[in-house]
Amino acid sequence: MQHLWLIPTLPLAGFLLNGIAGRRSSKAMINIVAIGSVLLSFIWVVKTLMALGDLDQTYIERYFTWIQSGALNVGFDFAVDRLTAIMLLVVTGVGSLIHIYAIGYMAHDEGYYRFFAYLNLFMFFMLILVLAANYLLLFVGWEGVGLCSYLLIGFYFLKRSATDAGNKAFIVNRIGDFGFSLAMFLIFRNFESLDFGTVFAAAAQKPEALLTTIGLLLLVGACGKSAQIPLYVWLPDAMAGPTPVSALIHAATMVTAGVYMVARSAAIYTHAPAALHMVALIGLLTAFFAATIGLLQNDIKKVFAYSTVSQLGYMFLGAGVGAFSAGIYHLVTHAFFKALLFLGAGSVIHALSGEQDLRNMGGLRHKIPVTFWTMMCAAVAIAGVPPFSGFYSKDSILLAAYHHAPWMYWVGVITAGMTAFYVFRAMFLAFFGTYRGHEHPHESPPVMTVPLAILAVLSLAGGYFAKVPEFLGKLFPTAEEPHDITLVAISVIAGLAGIALAYLFHVARPGLADSLTHNFTLYRLVYNKYFVDEIYDAAIVRPVVDGSRTVLWKGVDAGLIDGAVNGIGSNARGLGGLLKLFQSGNIRSYATWVVFGSVFVIVALAVAGGLR
Amino acid sequence: MSGVPVSWYLLLSAVLFALGVAGFLFRRNVITVFMSIELMLNAVNLSFVTFSYQLRQVNGHLFTFFVMVVAAAEAAVGLAIILTVFKNRGTLNIDEVSSMKDELPREPEQPVKTVETVDITGPLVKT
Amino acid sequence: MDVFLFLLFAIIAVVCAINVVVQTHPISSAISLVGVMGSLAVLYLLLGAEFIAAAQVIVYAGAIMVLFVFVIMLLNAGSEVRRGRSIVVQLLGVPLLIAFLGLMAYFVQRLYPSAASVKFGAFRGGTALAVGRALFTQYLLPFEVTSVLILIAIVGAIVLARKELD
Repeated sequence: MQHLWLIPTLPLAGFLLNGIAGRRSSKAMINIVAIGSVLLSFIWVVKTLMALGDLDQTYIERYFTWIQSGALNVGFDFAVDRLTAIMLLVVTGVGSLIHIYAIGYMAHDEGYYRFFAYLNLFMFFMLILVLAANYLLLFVGWEGVGLCSYLLIGFYFLKRSATDAGNKAFIVNRIGDFGFSLAMFLIFRNFESLDFGTVFAAAAQKPEALLTTIGLLLLVGACGKSAQIPLYVWLPDAMAGPTPVSALIHAATMVTAGVYMVARSAAIYTHAPAALHMVALIGLLTAFFAATIGLLQNDIKKVFAYSTVSQLGYMFLGAGVGAFSAGIYHLVTHAFFKALLFLGAGSVIHALSGEQDLRNMGGLRHKIPVTFWTMMCAAVAIAGVPPFSGFYSKDSILLAAYHHAPWMYWVGVITAGMTAFYVFRAMFLAFFGTYRGHEHPHESPPVMTVPLAILAVLSLAGGYFAKVPEFLGKLFPTAEEPHDITLVAISVIAGLAGIALAYLFHVARPGLADSLTHNFTLYRLVYNKYFVDEIYDAAIVRPVVDGSRTVLWKGVDAGLIDGAVNGIGSNARGLGGLLKLFQSGNIRSYATWVVFGSVFVIVALAVAGGLR
Repeated sequence: MSGVPVSWYLLLSAVLFALGVAGFLFRRNVITVFMSIELMLNAVNLSFVTFSYQLRQVNGHLFTFFVMVVAAAEAAVGLAIILTVFKNRGTLNIDEVSSMKDELPREPEQPVKTVETVDITGPLVKT
Repeated sequence: MDVFLFLLFAIIAVVCAINVVVQTHPISSAISLVGVMGSLAVLYLLLGAEFIAAAQVIVYAGAIMVLFVFVIMLLNAGSEVRRGRSIVVQLLGVPLLIAFLGLMAYFVQRLYPSAASVKFGAFRGGTALAVGRALFTQYLLPFEVTSVLILIAIVGAIVLARKELD
């Protein structure tokens, strides 16, 4: 008994302690509880994984029967296999680093204890999601992280934009959850169980049409959580939350839950090639689409947000072409360098006392060197420059894509080029040139820079050392692909070309970019994110809201229901008013009614045969 | 032929009772109303005694006895009440003893208020 | 003979009863009511109810009506002034009366065919002996209860009618 339950329970304890007692605690106490719970969880993960050894077999711990109703039997079970092991390490490891970073970043904010309580709650739900051994428990974690995402995006709840973004994230997620729920219904209906072991073992015998439907519905859910087309619109808005939230939830962990779920359901997807192809298509399309938007954004966090959407698309592409281990590999490396990019951006924003617009930055590499160098590590990793971690993961995906369908490889390469371009555009605009703002930049305290440094090391070398694909290869057997050096070279060149272009536009010839944009009619379209938000608003949101307001609120609720209830009241009042006329206060009319009543009673008795 | 049909007695009882009811309904003086009540009771007594004769039993007489006792008690207390009412209201007219009558001006009907809700669904897209 | 006596005293009773209802001054009504009670006492005698007839005269006419007259004189009640009556009473009163009367007559006729007849002296069970025997054996409990009832009535009347203590 490895006591897996300790892993999520420690952050839960942290949430409860900080949530209940945090308001009156000192900052030091809050820090100890919050960081301690996550660090202890990480240590326990490491200890458990070392004790479990090879993990050839899935290690399951069953705690109690959660639901027992007719044919539905769902247990509260945790399972650890190789995929889980990787996810656990990423979630707790990167999570701990971000928690430590947040001590420094949130030091001057209101609601300090509330932030860490929510963060711990998020860790709890994410760990439940990862450890779950059946779809329903996974869904619990799924919903829970959605809730925490809403709470944390809207953390600055006095800002209208933050609360709107929180609403948007939750509502769009719900659309995905609807698909997920339908998939679960179908699974239960046909497999009579929601347990992973049972379902995956029986998947091969089920008809392909059924598995395709389930796969597509699961994909809908994954699109909502992992911000793929068409449900990605919440992620850029989610940048209204504090930067550690963006790093943890919207880069490293929550958004990867969709990829994790697809990888977990590999047994279903491998027997439903049409659904798997759809996964790849959506992933590729999203990667390309989001990269184009990211080229022109001016808010540093928005650039990285669209980058996240794009990189998630890569992960879906990897899973969709059958290379699940490649997709998860990219998930791990992406967690490192994207978290680092966001934390670094947070460090920049902190240094500039809240400035987020790239146009007001510049020349910061001398003023905040630690941030600069660590972010550079992440930038080269995400650009796919060998021999850093991003190169390995992205390349394995592109290779697998080529063998699936060559056109996908080419689109992926172009996207890789765009990725390099926009990341380095952000780097050059922020750190090179002359400073265009009015603040006094100062380096961040060590509590923020040390996690940056650790993540930088991981971005550069972590993927290589962990040997993730081989580790997962046992779980996801794929055909051996020949390592084609040409393809690799092309993708590397695309990345370097992107860097060079960015250098050209933003360091060597700064005015060139502006003159080009004025000649480019597409510029306005791309700059406004293809007006997707506006289209959604007009086509879906407005009709629903207006319909609700006129029909459901004013018509049904105020008219029918209130009318019925008030009507009962006024009818009772009317009846009472009628009966009141009997009480005239006139004794003689009372007497008359008495006589009248007695006559009536006698007649009634006589008619009924009472008086013989 | 020298007997009186029983039904005649009962008819007489009915007529007296009816007259009692008439007095009870039509007279305004409260003492006269009381006396009408006594008339009704007497009519009923006649009924009881008639039936007692017809059944050749004495039980009807007992009933009459008790009715008389109760009527006496009721008359005593009732007249005491009339005295009190006269002391407080100064009138023996039962039409004037009607302070339970709803004579207050009725306030105009208040329209039922619906709860005013604040419309929070503003534009959801921040441009 | 029975018939003649019955008719005489029945008519007296009815006329006095009508007088009770119709007279304006309460004293006239009271005296008429005494007349009703007296004729009823004779009718009781015809029915063989000696004890009841005596009780009627002594208790009803002698005590209760005297009480009524005392109260009328104490309150100095004057003649009633005829004024407009309430609409309800006017509309409903007379038809109700007639309905009542009709009902009564109908049922009386149905239940008791004219064969049975009352003869003076045919029933000898209404003596004081018979009444007393039934009263103290079969109707003992109601007897005791009415004793208490009278006590309550006395107390109530005294409490209600006394002068306010200053």
